[in-house]
Amino acid sequence: MTTSELTLPQDRVPVPAARAPRRRVMGAGKQMHAGPLTYVVLVVFALVSLAPLVWTAIAASRTNTRLAETPPPLWFGGNLFKNLQTAWDQAGMGTAMFNSTVVAGTITIGTVLFSTLAGFAFAKLKFKFSSTLLLLTIGTMMIPPQLAVVPLYLWMADLHWSNHLQTVILPTLVSAFGTFFMRQYLVQALPTELIEAARVDGASSLRVVWHVVFPAARPAMAVLGLLTFVMAWNDFLWPIIALNQQNPTVQVALNSLGTGYIPDQSVIMAGALLGTLPLLIAFLLFGKQIVGGIMQGAVKG
Amino acid sequence: MSSSKQALAHPAPGSGAAPGHQPGAARGAGGRGTPPPGPSSWRSRLYRWDMKASPYAFISPFFIIFGAFGLIPLLYTAWYSLHNVQLSSLDHKSWAGLDNYRNLLSSDFFWNALKNTFTIGLISTVPQLLMAIGIAHLLNYRLRGSTVWRVVMLTPYATSVAAATLVFTLLYSWDGGMVNWLLHFVGVDPVNWRESTWGSQFAVSSIVIWRWTGYNALIYLAAMQAIPADLYESAAIDGANRWQQFRHVTIPQLRPTILFTVVVSTIGATQLFGEPLLFGGVSGSKGGSEHQYQTLGLYMYDQGWIIGNLGKASAIAWSMFLILLIVAAINLLFTRRLRKSQ
Repeated sequence: MTTSELTLPQDRVPVPAARAPRRRVMGAGKQMHAGPLTYVVLVVFALVSLAPLVWTAIAASRTNTRLAETPPPLWFGGNLFKNLQTAWDQAGMGTAMFNSTVVAGTITIGTVLFSTLAGFAFAKLKFKFSSTLLLLTIGTMMIPPQLAVVPLYLWMADLHWSNHLQTVILPTLVSAFGTFFMRQYLVQALPTELIEAARVDGASSLRVVWHVVFPAARPAMAVLGLLTFVMAWNDFLWPIIALNQQNPTVQVALNSLGTGYIPDQSVIMAGALLGTLPLLIAFLLFGKQIVGGIMQGAVKG
Repeated sequence: MSSSKQALAHPAPGSGAAPGHQPGAARGAGGRGTPPPGPSSWRSRLYRWDMKASPYAFISPFFIIFGAFGLIPLLYTAWYSLHNVQLSSLDHKSWAGLDNYRNLLSSDFFWNALKNTFTIGLISTVPQLLMAIGIAHLLNYRLRGSTVWRVVMLTPYATSVAAATLVFTLLYSWDGGMVNWLLHFVGVDPVNWRESTWGSQFAVSSIVIWRWTGYNALIYLAAMQAIPADLYESAAIDGANRWQQFRHVTIPQLRPTILFTVVVSTIGATQLFGEPLLFGGVSGSKGGSEHQYQTLGLYMYDQGWIIGNLGKASAIAWSMFLILLIVAAINLLFTRRLRKSQ
């Protein structure tokens, strides 16, 4: 074993960062330019996508009485900060934002870590029943969350865990989608020779994971992290059963707002705006990566 | 050899050849009790053990957590569906046989919820996927700022069900609502989006459509970009115009992706819950005064946590699962048919 042999595969590690290498390049040159009509239609769809969000901000800057009048407000008023303040203090959005950050953050770390480990095992390691277990993993995606909530609720009540954050963190700490996503990525992005080279040198599996798998998986881990955070932040069914307004996540607080906790529409809109803002900022910063992740998962799925 | 080892051992300098310093070794040796006969065989045994066990160790977090919080509860849900379990007295469960299921089958509300789930699923999924294919087709052209367009189309996906529904509920309000105000410009009388059956089901569906169209468009776009360009070239040589190329090249090539999105959307539609719940406001779990948009997911929540009959809620959950399995089976049959007919 010479030095050059080892450095060769090591140099390949960054290569997977250039996404989707197997996609045909020829399509790019042949793509037709968009005509003006295409832009017109896209602008319409873009407006439909953005208008409800912009209008949320407009409504959040008005008063409850103004929102009940016709015509509805089409421009910003002067009440935004007062409403945000009320939503933050009285509707519990402050606590909720903090809780959701803890919950979604923990779920993201757990899901990315466990998905990378399992994805690596399914992609590159040989073991009995591996293909059956992979199919089983994919199959679990079909199971609706509704099928678990009654027993979970009873157990959490037994443990006196209702209203504690671990109640909503633990069940979501792993993801079948994430495992499959990482597997599909590592099948292509992690050269088998690299693992073998490390094995020849007597590296244990944990060491292989740390020095070979994690570096190669990093781009996909980042994307999976973003997607997981969005999903965890927006999770609805189990949190509204397990938690209540005393210790809410964002979605639980919004649910309370929607069921009349504070009957002021402008405050409700301020709450909706607050609860969406972190993800909108994430989209602004990492939109390209999130889009890439969804498209990547799609081709392989 | 030595240089390569250094590269791998980098963060733990000095561990060198001593096997006891390896993290895997320390873990593996603990509690086995057999004294190693010699350093080399001890090490190779450990190595073999590591190779065998570590794949299972790596996949175990998923299966342990899914087992504990997914699979076992699923079975318990089946067990509870055969019991009388009340929210008010959680410790007293009594055997009820098939009573919960009999109760469901004779309940008008169950059939109503099933019907609503089906119609809302239909009017939210079909237009959504059709529009998504259209948008994907446009995004597949060479565009200025293509990434910006994609991110914008995906923004609704960042909005949670709760936030989106709160906003749409206000937009759809009877008087002073944006939708009715815009409709009056084209001479349409105000629609009662809350009370009318079709109006409310359309309104609920529109929230689903708004949130998911861009997401599905990106999935179609990814599939479109994977279509080999020579297919289009030969179609163009045969004199196919843009529409014919779309119809005879793009759509057939997208078929697996379309089936995938249909399955995923169907699963989503079967579970529809948050949108009708919050659209209903204070009495949301009823799905409107006449239960006109109460879905199965909502019915389950209503029976379980508002009425307090968790046994019946369990029976509803399992019915949903059975319906999903039937839908999946139909999808599978349909796919096979399609393949055979090709």
